Amino acid sequence: MPAFFGLEGWTDMKVMIAIFRNDVAPRFDLTVEAVFVKLENGSMTGEPREMLLSEPSSDELCGLAVSEAADLVICGGIDEVHYEYLNWKKIRIIDGIIGPYQEALELLLQDRLTPNAIMPGAVSS
Amino acid sequence: MFHNANLLNLIDGIPHAVILVDKNLNVSRMNRRAEALTGRSNDEASGVQTDYILRSNLHPFSDYFRAVLQEKKMVAHEGNILDRNRKIIPVRFTISPLESHSADLLGVMVVIEDLSFVPYLQEKAAGLDGFEGVISLSPKMQEVNEQIPIFAGTDASVLIYGETGTGKGFVAEKIHQASKRSGYPFIKVNCGALPEQMLESELFGHAQGAFPGADHKRPGMFRLADRGTIFFTEIGDLPLSLQVKLLTVLDDGEFSALGGTKKVAMNARIIAATSMDLKAMIAEGQFREDLFYRLNVLRLHLPPLRERAEDIPLLIDHFVKSLSTGNLAPHFERKALRVLKDYSFPGNVRELRNIIEHAVTLSLGETVKYEHLPEYLTQGNEAERYASSWGANKGQERRTADGETKGSATKWNDVEKEMIIEALRKSRGKRSEAAKMLGWARSTLYRKLKHHGI
Repeated sequence: MPAFFGLEGWTDMKVMIAIFRNDVAPRFDLTVEAVFVKLENGSMTGEPREMLLSEPSSDELCGLAVSEAADLVICGGIDEVHYEYLNWKKIRIIDGIIGPYQEALELLLQDRLTPNAIMPGAVSS
Repeated sequence: MFHNANLLNLIDGIPHAVILVDKNLNVSRMNRRAEALTGRSNDEASGVQTDYILRSNLHPFSDYFRAVLQEKKMVAHEGNILDRNRKIIPVRFTISPLESHSADLLGVMVVIEDLSFVPYLQEKAAGLDGFEGVISLSPKMQEVNEQIPIFAGTDASVLIYGETGTGKGFVAEKIHQASKRSGYPFIKVNCGALPEQMLESELFGHAQGAFPGADHKRPGMFRLADRGTIFFTEIGDLPLSLQVKLLTVLDDGEFSALGGTKKVAMNARIIAATSMDLKAMIAEGQFREDLFYRLNVLRLHLPPLRERAEDIPLLIDHFVKSLSTGNLAPHFERKALRVLKDYSFPGNVRELRNIIEHAVTLSLGETVKYEHLPEYLTQGNEAERYASSWGANKGQERRTADGETKGSATKWNDVEKEMIIEALRKSRGKRSEAAKMLGWARSTLYRKLKHHGI
């Protein structure tokens, strides 16, 4: 069973991904959509659940991560204040991700997703 | 694409971050400063959409590239980027078309100037440059006040959200006044006020004989707003057919009058406002998603007055002074003030202004008393006031920016529940006090608490 990034052997967790269309959103503060995914025993369970904000807001996204009890947030750029806030709330963050969020999720499941990773689908040949 | 050694040396010599972008809007090459700013190396950024490398607030930034590629003209915009250290840096983007010797378009060059040390901009961001913002003490509105001069510094489309009466038009005009377009017209288009055929002619103008009754050629609002700002109030009311036309104009940067054949270049900054939930309208097929993204480059949310209650005394004072005809503005009796402070203002600042105008007029320049307030505020209990106010303001179903559908009859349950919660909040949970506030017996309140599951 893979030990997920920095979570020391956790194999069950709830992941929130800040998205823009099918990609990880480039900026957390300009994001209006997030997708929640549940992982159990190292694989995805159920369908990803999308949530929409009425306006882009880092505060609201953080609030959503807390209220939905996310263990991990995957996002593009995030400002220091909100990064520190999520850390303080004991929510882990993998930021600086570029590319389709499905690919990021696959890498996470393989325990290969690291901050600032660029997904193959984001690079044009 | 850009592998000419001289060119690469040249961009490395520029004292700002520089990104060369190909025609597909992907990063082709960055200079060392751009690598430092974005935290990405040339190798990893190459071939990636520039939006994702730049992380600018002018999102999607690719729209700006497309405009430059289309117009083949240099443009400059102020904005910010999120840098490698998770800091938001104010910058100026200068985007120029890049052409080969044979005038083939190769892509664009983006020069990014770091403005974080420019005192002028810092003052501007802090609202200290003589800009007079919205009257407010509330943190939410202070944020809006700070955003207005920043938004005024760019030409990107702005979408303003807020309930009816929150001052969307006022803020749009402030943005225009603080922008470089302030010397040119600010044209307001009420999308819900005119029938479809007339609205099209109002927007784009018409040629002589374009339709029966069109005796003269007439310039439309886009033409009138040349070099200025065009403001669409209640953009959600724009008919679908006109949404397509508006999108085409925004994409092409040109339009033609009804019945006309000549294309006219559009040079107006677009600001749109709505009290509706456009995302929900998109889901229902009532609003075009592509137009939404085109307008939604910069967003402003104006909070309702009930969320900035600390501003009510300030606004009362402002309206009393501005509406008084004599030298001395009348004072408000404590009882009258208490009614206003306890009221929820579903019609927001506009409703407050109307109430003050009513009261000041009736007071004949003397102290404004309880009996000078409009009847719907002083008659009946809070529940009736709420209902009366909703009925008077709406009279029909409407969808709010929060996505909630409200109507005076159909959603009474929700209104009543909200009202009970508000009374309990004000009474700090004391039910007998809340019942008194609502004008109900305690037993009625208990029954309703049970009914609403509170």
